[in-house]
Amino acid sequence: MSAHFKKKSANTKQEIPTASLPDIIFMLLIFFMVTTVLRETELKVRVNIPSAEAVQKIDQKRLIQYIYIGPEQLEGGGVGEAAVQVNDDIVEDLPDVRQAMYRRMLEEPATIVSLRVDNEVETGLLYDVQQELREAEALRINYSTNRDAE
Amino acid sequence: MALLKKRNKREAEIPSSSMADIAFLLLIFFLVTTTIDADKGIYTQLPPKLDEQEPPEIRQRNLLNVLVAADGNVLVDNELTQISQIRPLVKRHVLNNGQDPDLSESPQKAVVSFKTERGLRYDTYIEVLDELKSAYNDLRDDYAQQLAGVDYGVYRTRLGEDDEDEVKAAIPVKLSLAEPDPG
Repeated sequence: MSAHFKKKSANTKQEIPTASLPDIIFMLLIFFMVTTVLRETELKVRVNIPSAEAVQKIDQKRLIQYIYIGPEQLEGGGVGEAAVQVNDDIVEDLPDVRQAMYRRMLEEPATIVSLRVDNEVETGLLYDVQQELREAEALRINYSTNRDAE
Repeated sequence: MALLKKRNKREAEIPSSSMADIAFLLLIFFLVTTTIDADKGIYTQLPPKLDEQEPPEIRQRNLLNVLVAADGNVLVDNELTQISQIRPLVKRHVLNNGQDPDLSESPQKAVVSFKTERGLRYDTYIEVLDELKSAYNDLRDDYAQQLAGVDYGVYRTRLGEDDEDEVKAAIPVKLSLAEPDPG
């Protein structure tokens, strides 16, 4: 009797078929590649940044807080008055920039504020934003530019 | 007959259990090496709030005033200047070392003040700022070449944790983004 059982268990295959595991993992990889959307802020202002030669790279992406300054994009397709955008929204009052930066500085004191400013913006508005940054003590700034082709 | 039996026994499979690990390794390799392009631009530091401390007194000879009018005209120490001429002027000012009585006493004391009118377009602003920055970059490159025979960027990567950056000490970038003029 016992010999009978023994024989039966010895015959059972104990391996799990692993040949299709790589396919499963590739499927996972492709699934995540297709579904991942790199989150990018939706721009509500038009920003064409200038080029410069003395360009530095900022490696710590974590530290960067963007401020966009440019003519507001209207629904009809044209552009309106120059406006300031922080995160996802256009800032109505400039002191709100100070508030936003102040909160950000509490979270991350080493924040670098990267200003992405449109070519045609007047520097007056830029100065106003910079004054707000000084108030919030966010003093490390970066004028975001492209590298010169030459 | 004996030969045929032997051929039937031969295994024709490739061991595939480690394929998964290879796929994982690939996945992890690409995860680690991929960087979503970091930002680049002209890095500066804003001056701290005014009420905290009085701005330090700077002797007139150490100060190089760069003023840009709303129409894009550049005045360097009150003289109308082409944008391409800014760079040599800044270099001469910083490296004067007390020779010309109107220019700086030493690179450590030299300050460049950058002021524009509010109406100036941003691309001209960046163009001028770029020239000022480039002037300092050139000076630092030159100094690093004399010191170590390489450009400043290479020199800096060679510095250890505790090494003093002699180039930075010799040629500090003193670029003052001054308060804007009204109008």
